Amino acid sequence: MKQFWVFVKKEFMHIFRDGRTAMILLLMPIVQIILFGFALSNEIKNVKFAVIDHSNDAITTFVTERLSQSEYFIFERDISTEEEADYLIKSSQVSLVVVYGANFRENFVREGKSQISLIVDGSDPNTASGVLRYASSIIASSNEQIMTLSGLTPHSGAKPTFIEPVVELLYNPQMKSAYNFVPGVMGLILMLICAMMTSVSIVREKETGTMEVLLASPVRPVIVILAKTVPYFILSVINLATILLLSVFVLGVPITGSIFWLVLASFIFILVSLSTGLLISSFANTQVAAMLISGLVFMMPVMLLSGMIYPVSNMPYLLQIVAQFIPAKWFIEAVRKLMIQGLPVTSVLKELLVMTSMALAFIVLSIRSFKQRLE
Amino acid sequence: MKEKTYAIITENLTKKFGDFTAVDSISFDVKRGEIFGFLGANGAGKTTAMKMLCGLLKPTSGMGMVAGYDISKNSEMVKKNIGYMSQRFSLYQDLKVWENFRLFGGIYGLKDGEIASRTDEMLKSLGFFDERDTLVQSLPAGWKQKLAFSVAILHKPSIVFLDEPTGGVDPAARRQFWELIYAAAESGITVFVTTHYMDEAEYCDRVSIMSEGVIAALDSPENLKYKYGCTTVEEVFHKLAGGQL
Repeated sequence: MKQFWVFVKKEFMHIFRDGRTAMILLLMPIVQIILFGFALSNEIKNVKFAVIDHSNDAITTFVTERLSQSEYFIFERDISTEEEADYLIKSSQVSLVVVYGANFRENFVREGKSQISLIVDGSDPNTASGVLRYASSIIASSNEQIMTLSGLTPHSGAKPTFIEPVVELLYNPQMKSAYNFVPGVMGLILMLICAMMTSVSIVREKETGTMEVLLASPVRPVIVILAKTVPYFILSVINLATILLLSVFVLGVPITGSIFWLVLASFIFILVSLSTGLLISSFANTQVAAMLISGLVFMMPVMLLSGMIYPVSNMPYLLQIVAQFIPAKWFIEAVRKLMIQGLPVTSVLKELLVMTSMALAFIVLSIRSFKQRLE
Repeated sequence: MKEKTYAIITENLTKKFGDFTAVDSISFDVKRGEIFGFLGANGAGKTTAMKMLCGLLKPTSGMGMVAGYDISKNSEMVKKNIGYMSQRFSLYQDLKVWENFRLFGGIYGLKDGEIASRTDEMLKSLGFFDERDTLVQSLPAGWKQKLAFSVAILHKPSIVFLDEPTGGVDPAARRQFWELIYAAAESGITVFVTTHYMDEAEYCDRVSIMSEGVIAALDSPENLKYKYGCTTVEEVFHKLAGGQL
């Protein structure tokens, strides 16, 4: 037991002697939360828009007003040509141009419909579709007043509808993107610290030759390896706390479910990640290899296939199958259910079970391959 | 008893990796307090043989006794009674000098007081006492090797295994390092050393030369030179091992 603590102490010294790495490990969750939360947000807010109004009547003025009154849109200016619109969007001065056709009110009254074009920059499809959805629903919600303005009553034969909003939002009615990425960032950071750092620190000892000296000493290999995981476990717990505190108090993402089960699910995921790190270290011989394996084989799929960025249910069937083998996918799903949807633990039993069996499988595999090397 | 006079005894020690026989039934003995040079070209099987003696690899067949313990059955006790230093410094670069001593003292189960007094004693005799708080990475290579050797014999093992301990340092530093080896041997520690430098082989009490998994020759440097009609061990080595170092 004394040997074990001698080793744990040594591992902490490795981490803190390398001040820069220690700083990165502790600051990473903060930076990631801020990056994802503010810079990379696909939330729609303060979108500037310009207007080409070929009619300039009561209805068009009203719709423009409605848009600029909402918290999502800011009226920038009136313009007169499509070329101007093109220029404004290209130079990113506005993200939306609203175009009213000529004789807007007359057409509306006579034919029961009239044309509004919404021009957005499609090079950022996420924002574009968000902007479109928001603008459409604002316009659609003004139907009643528009009919009044046009001199029609809601009950007079014609049924003018501009847009039928088909978007249905569950759990995240304000479409706060923070709700989506907080579980993702948790998965990513825990995986990064546990898997990458653990494997690199074990492989470093292989590379520098100290592992050989340790194996030639009476200390049992299990103690060496277990002692490696302790500091990274503690770091992960600190990071977990940082992420949760930041997301609750800075991003305003509430923890609607049970904190106990959320923390327990995270501990299970930390266990999976640590055992992933052990597994990587058992077949990587250099630090670079360990970094590449954990980066390319584990991190990239975590980001792309775990549902952190794209929902798994939108993926092609084959990728959906691949996604089932990614531990982070199960963790992110569990966190979504426990933290954001506030579901009881019975709804995440499958996720917890899958993660636990993955951890056990990885541990058995890495111990086996470790033993094989000694035979 | 044979174990009383010999620190290492092997009989038909063999290691196979699949179809490849790395060490082919070698038998040799190393006397207590002897400096034993273990030579061989790359791939001759000397690293594999040494790993088996240190308990890092299990023999496929044959018998080996190190420090009185069977290497196949009692590798834990073997490990407790040997010291090991590899070609790659074997110290932690980001720990201070005394922290390395304390770590390895702790690994070998020494008490804190014991570690402190032996560390001070060793550092003083090396003239490194003022550097006890220095990070190992900022020391010159020659110093690191001397420290690594001191750490390897901190727990007073009966045998110390040195795997190419002087690789990459200048001749003057190598000369100084060998003085430490002599001192250790005089204090009763058996020294088992592999080396690429043939001038170092001349310093050994006896040397063995491995070639293709078997021991091609084993004797004192003088006898080897006489037997093969050479003036240096290096010539003997080239005759037996085909020139590749």
